Amino acid sequence: MTWLRVFWRRLAAVRRAEDLERDLDDELDFHLQMEIAENLRRGMHPDEARLAALGRFGGLSQIKETYRETRGLPMIQTCWQDIRYGFRMLGRNPGFSFLAILCLTLGIGAITSVGSWIEGILLRPFPLVAHQDRMVALTGTDANGRTDVSWPDLQDLRRNATLFDAFIAEHIGGTTLSIGDRAERTLGSVVSANYFDALGIHPILGRTFEPSEDTGHNAHPVAVISYTAWKDRYKSDPAIVGKKQRLNGIQHTIVGVMPEGFFGTFVGYGFQFWVPASMEDNFEGGGFKLENRGAQWCEGFALLKPRVAIEQAQAELSAIAGRLAADYPDTNRGRGFKLYPLWQTPFNGAGTMLPTLRISLVVACLVLLIACANVGNLLLVRAFSRRHEMTVRLSLGAGRVRLLRQLLTEGLILSIAAAGGGLLLAYWCRNLIKLLFPVSPGVMVNLPADMDLRVLALSAGVCLIATVLFALVPAMQAGKIDLAAAMKSESGGVVGGRGRTSVRSILVLVQVSLSFLLLVGTGLLLKSLRAMQDTDVGFTTQGVLGTSVDMVSAGYDGPRIRNFQDQLLSRIETFGGVESAVWARTAPFSYRSYPSAGIAVDGFVLQPGEQPVLEYNEVGPGYLATVGIPLLSGRDIAIGDDETALPVAVVNETMVRRFWRGEDPVGKRLQVKGRWLRVVGVAKDAKYASLLETAKPFFYTPLRQGPVGGQNLFIRTRLGAEKIVAALAHEVKAIDSNLAPAEVITMRDQVDRMSWSRRAAVDLLAIFCAIALLLAGIGMYGVMSYAVSQSARELALRMALGADAPQLLRMVISHGMGLTLVGVVIGGTAGLVLTRLMGNLLYKVSPRDPESFGVAFLVMMVAALSACLLPAWRAARTDPMSALRQS
Amino acid sequence: MGNEKSDVLHGSLALMVLRTLDTLGPQHGWGIARRIEQISGDALALNQGTLYPALLRMEQMGWISSKWGASDNNRRARFYAITRTGKKQLATEAENWERVAEILGRFLRPAAESS
Repeated sequence: MTWLRVFWRRLAAVRRAEDLERDLDDELDFHLQMEIAENLRRGMHPDEARLAALGRFGGLSQIKETYRETRGLPMIQTCWQDIRYGFRMLGRNPGFSFLAILCLTLGIGAITSVGSWIEGILLRPFPLVAHQDRMVALTGTDANGRTDVSWPDLQDLRRNATLFDAFIAEHIGGTTLSIGDRAERTLGSVVSANYFDALGIHPILGRTFEPSEDTGHNAHPVAVISYTAWKDRYKSDPAIVGKKQRLNGIQHTIVGVMPEGFFGTFVGYGFQFWVPASMEDNFEGGGFKLENRGAQWCEGFALLKPRVAIEQAQAELSAIAGRLAADYPDTNRGRGFKLYPLWQTPFNGAGTMLPTLRISLVVACLVLLIACANVGNLLLVRAFSRRHEMTVRLSLGAGRVRLLRQLLTEGLILSIAAAGGGLLLAYWCRNLIKLLFPVSPGVMVNLPADMDLRVLALSAGVCLIATVLFALVPAMQAGKIDLAAAMKSESGGVVGGRGRTSVRSILVLVQVSLSFLLLVGTGLLLKSLRAMQDTDVGFTTQGVLGTSVDMVSAGYDGPRIRNFQDQLLSRIETFGGVESAVWARTAPFSYRSYPSAGIAVDGFVLQPGEQPVLEYNEVGPGYLATVGIPLLSGRDIAIGDDETALPVAVVNETMVRRFWRGEDPVGKRLQVKGRWLRVVGVAKDAKYASLLETAKPFFYTPLRQGPVGGQNLFIRTRLGAEKIVAALAHEVKAIDSNLAPAEVITMRDQVDRMSWSRRAAVDLLAIFCAIALLLAGIGMYGVMSYAVSQSARELALRMALGADAPQLLRMVISHGMGLTLVGVVIGGTAGLVLTRLMGNLLYKVSPRDPESFGVAFLVMMVAALSACLLPAWRAARTDPMSALRQS
Repeated sequence: MGNEKSDVLHGSLALMVLRTLDTLGPQHGWGIARRIEQISGDALALNQGTLYPALLRMEQMGWISSKWGASDNNRRARFYAITRTGKKQLATEAENWERVAEILGRFLRPAAESS
């Protein structure tokens, strides 16, 4: 530990340097005086005595210097000097420093934010959950692609798979929780009993689920609630465990409270409550499914054993799927299982976010690159203007190493300041992505994007290298300087001259081409968005309002529901401006999926093993007319289609083409879940859940002929949503004060909400693009104004020889434009290849869309032109006399 | 080049300083320099100034301590004294030095005989 003591003493000495310096002088002076006195005593002449003493002592200043070096910490002290000097130099050029730090901050901030989003949303999406590195998502597969998993299949996986620690099932479900007069839609989840144990989450109050609660039909009405729900809804009641809460019409006993920060396992949303698998039917409907191998309803996660690769695990599951298909051919033939890494989870927000985040990452990298190029540019400008300073310092005897260190220090200061700024920026932006999520009342958005320090370190590293590299250029220049020649003339170059501007021109090219690339990408996305906006969804989006009233949660049974539906409809029809209103089971473009059923059609021959399963909707009388889906043949669902009448259905065009070879099926029979229905009408195809879906067979059955339900209400009206809301809420309350309508929105909004990920991508890209354009503009401006200032003499000469101001203006601008053109060509070429990576974010737009490229070109040119304008104007105003005299 | 030489010198210089302070008690720099010159019989052509960085280093190592006081002729002077660590260091160093001297001696003796 001696070195530590030495270090501390030296450090202490640094701080008391002045005192110690005086002590040193005193001590050495004393020594010399003693020696002189001694010499005098020996009989020397005073002058001689003094000289002898000094000679004996050795070089006084060298000794002092050695002493000082030993006393303090010379490395640190010179570093400190460098830093102070660096700050002074940066302070002398505040504009330059500000721009450089701003550029780097934007670059670092952008990539750190995106990195944090990716880390928080894709890689470690679930706060508090243990072993996310071993967690994988599980779905079923069949001939048509992805399916959910059935409960009995999941139990077989648990029994037979050896490479897994746990399998958990979950299914998103919602309810309307009402307390007092507040009625709010709340998200919850049906989970297997081992859910919390497998995730390593322990309740702060009460317990989680017991294995026995996974069995029976609605047999265990217990619930675990989230911390937020406990705090907000139950006022942090310490005695909450054991209390009752009605969820979807059944009184549940609250058995536990989750810790703060646990929101469940659904990327994008926070859940408020969880119920065990035995309650599935209560939340999803459609019958008891825990013993039905054909009913696929679970979304799953699995926890791999340590050091098991996902491929191994997949192989084991596939083998099990094969055995299940052999054992249960009726339900399991052609079915399999598929594992996904968490970031590819197909059934939650991760899947929707993935393309957006991927694009953001690429774009943020580009922005960082542009920022680095820009700072490089700025530093180079300064390097050339500091050549004189370097020359002078070298000629005054400054060591080259010292100069180098000096420049490095300046670069470091820039990088560190920018990294700090970037960190701050990323901190502010860490939850920005939440803003891009669609907002709907009662649904809590939870995106746990924490600061990602690894990304910050990486991007700061890149900036550091870039800064240092470019900071060293003046030093390299200095190395080459021929002192005498350099001192004599500091003459300028020629506009667009070769040599020293070439590096900088390359940097500008990089910036222009990358910015152009981003512009093209933004253009393509904007066009996709517009194309989606213009897509014909097949129903009326304006003038139709949608909402819902949750009667099941309020404990309504069949007759009461029907009674309420009828009462409310008759009241709504008295509103002025309302044309019609209708109830339906499922709303188009909502998160909830349509019911589906196996069908059979007279005369349609099935391929072996084929069992067509179609989605359908149960709707009230006049649904098609109200929602605005054109009828091609026959009639709409009508008032008479009730439980006493003949079961009927309306089918869509695609279904007619597929099952009746295009012949009009009106009057023909259709078997659904074993029951024969008569086809009474044909409806035009529409989009049902997503703008991107391709035409699919679909049919409608009367609400009154299905199981009780149908809580979605559609109103065709000339009035806006805001006019209807109050009246509707009033009428609902008037019938039953326990009920409240959900949010009333137009179908347009409903459709837009389902395409938010594209809008998010456009927003993000537009922001990044603006940053990139700004940076490129700064870079261009820097290059041009430097070129102009350095070629003052040439410009003056030209002017003296008869060139007029417009000519000079043209000359400078054409140089800048030339650079831009080359950059655009490079960026465009790259764009032709790279835009294809945008893949499914593009909609009805070719990745080589000429319009987008054209507009990007124009924008780039305008930006470049405005960057060149000021320097060009300055060049045109050159006063030949003073410029020539100066140089 | 000059490094090894000064290292050896530093090592021996420290030993000489420690020994001086151990025998004579607290001394100022000039006193130590005089003593070393006396003992070495001026054979060690050493600039007196080099003593001071050496003293500083030894103080940093904790072998000696210093205090300002009045000299015989009543001038303000810095007095150095050996510390406990310094005494330990002196003992080990002295032992080392003797061993080295002995080994070197053994090396040189046969060479002298063979010639």
